[in-house]
Amino acid sequence: MARVLVGVKRVIDYAVKIRVKPDKSGVVTDGVKHSMNPFDEIAVEEAVRMKEKKIASEVIAVSCGPAQSQEVLRTALAMGVDKGIHVEVSGPEYETLQPIHVSKILAKIAQNEKIDVIIVGKQAIDDDCNQTAQMTAGVLDWPQGTFASKIEKGDKDITITREVDGGLEVIKCKLPAVLSADLRLNEPRYATLPNIMKAKKKPIQKLTPKDLGVDVSPRIKIISVEDPPTRQAGQIVPDVDNLISKLKEAGHC
Amino acid sequence: MSQRSRVVTLYKNLLHLGKEWPKGYDFFRSRLHNAFLKNKDESSPENIEKMIKHGEFVAKEIETLYMLKKYRTLKRRYYDEQVARKN
Repeated sequence: MARVLVGVKRVIDYAVKIRVKPDKSGVVTDGVKHSMNPFDEIAVEEAVRMKEKKIASEVIAVSCGPAQSQEVLRTALAMGVDKGIHVEVSGPEYETLQPIHVSKILAKIAQNEKIDVIIVGKQAIDDDCNQTAQMTAGVLDWPQGTFASKIEKGDKDITITREVDGGLEVIKCKLPAVLSADLRLNEPRYATLPNIMKAKKKPIQKLTPKDLGVDVSPRIKIISVEDPPTRQAGQIVPDVDNLISKLKEAGHC
Repeated sequence: MSQRSRVVTLYKNLLHLGKEWPKGYDFFRSRLHNAFLKNKDESSPENIEKMIKHGEFVAKEIETLYMLKKYRTLKRRYYDEQVARKN
């Protein structure tokens, strides 16, 4: 039976309209609804299903971030994860926290907890990095199955169907391995009220990057964050001739 | 669990689901409250049982609705590049 580690990130809720701070240093996060990264929800669901199929013995969720990250750990626990690990990174350090740091933290925890399978969402919907799974596999020197849309576990190996450009790729790799969840892997369950209540009794372990011996000093400096260009207003033309002349003006024909 | 406490639990569960309602929690809460209030004089256990079943069905539908909404939004944002360009 495998021990499974899932990475969960607290991000601004997918339904919230993102606003950029006037000084272009980042986006407004104060008083904005946050929730678990949707791709991580898919990863959690897959891990919980592995446990329900008796493939996994224990499922552990990790989140790196400020104190509020515990909320997403609670959601993960309510979905059926056994134990949470909160790696506290806050303030300016969190703003420049990159997949390289997170992957080292995940790798360290995986070694400490004797993990066989790491599942993370393929990317977070806030920074869209899509690097954590790949880097974690690199740090640990484990095989990786990214963009998984189907996962089947055998005795000593695991078969992963991957979403690649224009089709599917099926790979088989040995355990331990790092996997990343694509959108079509499964349909995540909803954390119901009774389960949230029950999840309050489950343990959350608190750690700092220092405890794990990971250096989280910034690798990058954020120079500017800007809104995407807004769409130009359209124009109504009275007839076809007018339309053609307008198109010619704009150089379209 | 007694029938009464099952009704209360159902109400609480639905309220919890309503926190993410697209039109806002207040909108959802008032509608939900009215829906329960409408049947407050119901006394036949069979009818109440039917209503609880219906309420549980509605809760499942709301969960599915949220899941679909999220799935479609993500699909539009990350996968349907050509459709997005047409819009």
